[in-house]
Amino acid sequence: MDLLVALYWGFLRIDPKNTDSPNRDRFILSKGHAAPALYVTLCKRGFFSQRLLDEYGNDGAALAEQPAPKCAPGVEWATGSLGHGLSVGVGMALSARIQKQNYRTVVLLSDGECNEGSVWEAAMFAAAQKIGCLTVLVDYNKWQATGRSEEVMALAPLRDKWEAFGWEAIEVNGHDFAEISSALACAEMPDRTQPLAIVAHTIKGRGVSFMEDDNNWHYRIPNEEELVAAKKELGVA
Amino acid sequence: MRNAFADEITKIAQKRDDVVLLSGDIGNRLFDKFKEVAPGRFFNCGVAEANMIGVAAGMAASGLKPVCYTIASFITYRVIEQIRLDLGYHHQNIVLVGTGSGLSYASLGSTHHSVEDMGMLRLIPGLAVLAPGDEMELRPALRAALGYPGPVYIRIGKKGEPVVHKTEPKIAIGQALKLREGKDAWILSLGNTLPMVMEAADELEARGIKCGVASMGSLKPLDTEFLAEVFGAAKVVATLEEHSVLGGLGTATAEWMAANSAGAKAKLITFGTPDKFLHATTHQRSARAWAGLTVSEVVKRIEKHCA
Repeated sequence: MDLLVALYWGFLRIDPKNTDSPNRDRFILSKGHAAPALYVTLCKRGFFSQRLLDEYGNDGAALAEQPAPKCAPGVEWATGSLGHGLSVGVGMALSARIQKQNYRTVVLLSDGECNEGSVWEAAMFAAAQKIGCLTVLVDYNKWQATGRSEEVMALAPLRDKWEAFGWEAIEVNGHDFAEISSALACAEMPDRTQPLAIVAHTIKGRGVSFMEDDNNWHYRIPNEEELVAAKKELGVA
Repeated sequence: MRNAFADEITKIAQKRDDVVLLSGDIGNRLFDKFKEVAPGRFFNCGVAEANMIGVAAGMAASGLKPVCYTIASFITYRVIEQIRLDLGYHHQNIVLVGTGSGLSYASLGSTHHSVEDMGMLRLIPGLAVLAPGDEMELRPALRAALGYPGPVYIRIGKKGEPVVHKTEPKIAIGQALKLREGKDAWILSLGNTLPMVMEAADELEARGIKCGVASMGSLKPLDTEFLAEVFGAAKVVATLEEHSVLGGLGTATAEWMAANSAGAKAKLITFGTPDKFLHATTHQRSARAWAGLTVSEVVKRIEKHCA
């Protein structure tokens, strides 16, 4: 969530009223299971109405549980099967070069998603093509569906991996806006010839004491009581 | 066929600056001319086919017309989910060209055979599956594919195949191409088996069986009007393809028959590869013989059913 806020209020050159502009920055939420976070962001940023957001989860609602093609203004790509978004982002970034546009492309991956071989195919290709207008953010919360990402696939050292694949890689605290913004500022450097990877250390469920770093909340839906408690802790009660 | 593809895509790229060519690290020197006429629009994507399809999808979403090229078995089996989601689900006009399809690379073993590719891809909603009969059909099919409202898979052979058409025929996606009229029997050929089918029809004619030939060109969309015409008139209709008898033209035709039994007078015979891997080391001709895809076998079976 914090990464999305940093992007949508501090980095992406986008116009919620002109979502098809050819020169808009592209953002792909490759970890499609985080769709609700994207929907809330897009709604608050003015892409669509609160009514559309409120219908989320209803039978027949426009907003799919994982982003569907053109399911709402601002949703650039349908995701949900992991390991697709980066290749698509590379294609969008190369198109900017071919069509002499100056938009940037940002792709948000999960750490579990970095299990997928296609992520590393895309990483190698982006480095070979010297795509400077491409940025990856990895939501490195150390969990994947059923285990610690380190135990399942020995993911660390993740920053070194991106560097070894030819990317400029920076580690940040994914809940610190100053750190995220300063890393994103690297993507603004003119004449970049290297793609940029920002490995953002995050805590799953941050801000709600009884959810933090507990992978059961990857699956669970809070009951009424838990919802009230969580909102209170987040200060949105 | 592959040289004709390289030549045609180069001509197209000369006229259209939105056409981009992606290759999976094959085609040594094949695209030198393309690179000359379309600098910055050729991408060797390496031995990384899943990424190639995703990159093409991102390009199509940005207004380009990507054409992806590699060996048929790698551009289909390996990347079926990328094709299903990034091309099919998003319904984008991207052209996939699978070279050395069917048994063209028989001697390289089953890793390089593609006899299930069309059956798999035809299940993807909105995706067209084309298999031109020779290089003269390939050129207009490629041009048509770049205007199709959705993804297209074009399955081509290797180099040096016999050319059946003297001039370029008129091709429309989803329309069968009649090469000779029939009365007793018809052979519907899909893909690079067309030269063999023409020979078989000559032989049948010599034996007193008037056999029509059509190059179907497209497995999906299937020309069902044409099927209605030939099944309503002839005694026997044979389908023939360098593809498994499961899932390809034979199956699609049988599906059509099941849904239109009233109009189907003719008996259906299917020629294709059996439902097993080929383990022997063979050249294409012997591999075809293994599958019963020979002039003599085709003549024998059709003659038997016409009797």
